[in-house]
Amino acid sequence: MSMDSAIASTDQRFGLRRSVRLPGPLRLDSGASLTPVDIAYETYGTLNAQGSNAILICHALTGDQFVASQHPVTGKPGWWTRAVGPGKPIDPERHFIVCANVLGSCLGSSGPASTDPATGEPYAMRFPVITIADMVRAQAMLLNHLGVEQLAAVVGGSMGGMQALVWPTLYPDRVRAVLVIASTARHSAQNIAFHEVGRQAIMADPRWHGGDYYASGDSPSAGLAVARMAAHITYLSEAGLTEKFGRKLQAREAKTFGFDADFQVESYLRHQGISFVERFDANSYLYITRAMDYYDLAEDHDGSLARAFSETRARFCLISFDTDWLYPTAESRVIVHALHAAGREVSFVELASPYGHDAFLLDAPDMNRVIDGFLRACE
Amino acid sequence: MSLLRPDLAVIADHIPDGARVLDVGCGDGALLSDIRLRKHADVRGLEIDPANVAAAVGRGLPVVQGDADTDLGYYPDKSFDFAILSQTLQTTRRPDKVVEELLRIGKQAFVSFPNFAHWRGRLSLLWGGRMPVTRLLPERWYDTPNIHHLTIDDFRALVRERGWTIDAQWFLNDERTTGSANANLFAEHAVFLLHA
Repeated sequence: MSMDSAIASTDQRFGLRRSVRLPGPLRLDSGASLTPVDIAYETYGTLNAQGSNAILICHALTGDQFVASQHPVTGKPGWWTRAVGPGKPIDPERHFIVCANVLGSCLGSSGPASTDPATGEPYAMRFPVITIADMVRAQAMLLNHLGVEQLAAVVGGSMGGMQALVWPTLYPDRVRAVLVIASTARHSAQNIAFHEVGRQAIMADPRWHGGDYYASGDSPSAGLAVARMAAHITYLSEAGLTEKFGRKLQAREAKTFGFDADFQVESYLRHQGISFVERFDANSYLYITRAMDYYDLAEDHDGSLARAFSETRARFCLISFDTDWLYPTAESRVIVHALHAAGREVSFVELASPYGHDAFLLDAPDMNRVIDGFLRACE
Repeated sequence: MSLLRPDLAVIADHIPDGARVLDVGCGDGALLSDIRLRKHADVRGLEIDPANVAAAVGRGLPVVQGDADTDLGYYPDKSFDFAILSQTLQTTRRPDKVVEELLRIGKQAFVSFPNFAHWRGRLSLLWGGRMPVTRLLPERWYDTPNIHHLTIDDFRALVRERGWTIDAQWFLNDERTTGSANANLFAEHAVFLLHA
């Protein structure tokens, strides 16, 4: 039985490839407000009569709502089928699963490529700068639309983990459990630095045109590809790269004494860059990386992370990976210590993996066991 | 639930209903799981080994991966009715500081440890001239996690020196409790309940 046919409800709000235009206004951290607000999303499973089995999955920077269904552009399976699906820890047989494209992105939710109702033209760089909290507010609006009053859990890795952490601070009564994987409570100088490299690569591409490239039918794909290549390195580990590529040459016997992709790792990165531009908008990349850089959970609480959690009532679970140098284990420990200081219930484990930050997207039996145990304990 | 290790069974039996409990070095969560079920305790765990943490969280327990030597400082004062340190004291770098932290975090603390002055160990050292390898201390001197071996009298001396108070004590031999007379010679294990 496919997931489509598993959905008994004929309610048009539920199912795959849904989208909704909400009137808003959505008041943003910047002071601006957004109206209307488009949100593209998917739901899997059925909301039970008590409304108690809803799980919101938050995606990462370049992720999307296709968490467990085929991506419409790339044709690839959902990005987290290892954890979401029948018999998996997040299971449509038991849970009502919601995954929405984040605000600012480019797969159907309002972002810089959306039409500005004031001008009838794409917003481009006139789209307001958004924050992680704004993304969460948009998700809360979606849940109102779906009739979900309280989440059994909010789950996310990387930037999704940031949203998951913000959730109970904004809506303490709307979430019972928070699961944060390979994430952080604030963007570090190093994190911001890598993002700035990516943004500058995009803005240095002459085809960027100050963001107004939509009408031209052309886009700053070279800049966006470079941004993706630089970022992709941070998602892997040195050990992982060495194991996969080492110094192996790409389909050739010897070095060419030129600047073609002699090394496999170069070829791999170029491929990552090229395939990324087919599915992602350069301006969205600017806006979402900015949102991540502005993210500092303690900032609005006099710099005290414990205070940020003082009103929360959810249970927390954090998972980090030992080779993740983008959001290393120390970042998760900071969160754990703050939760202890705030007297919250928290589980935490650092799992071993050779794959760096991306480990959470790959096969990780221990991660699945932890997710399953944590979610069941919170049911 | 009599499958608990004997020292854990003693501790579990003396946890009152509904207590808030932190188990430092909780392993796979056997004790926490037991007292959550039987005593409706509000439990938390700290454990250094990731596989154990994954197992404990996998059974639904709130357990954090961390090190008793470095991570106890983040728990607020008197945030638990009981802090438990079972067979972990001898593996810490600074056992005295760890107990001090336990007594700060918990209103009371259970501390259990293998007694290095048990007669079998003494004989092994006296007649064999070798560090004891016994049923309860099965590792050899070079691969043992026990870096601070102690005796029951050593622990009592530490308690006296720091001005802590012993509220109860149990001594175990061959998985049974034994009297406190000559415990330092005849008990394989000790469990102390104390407060600051």
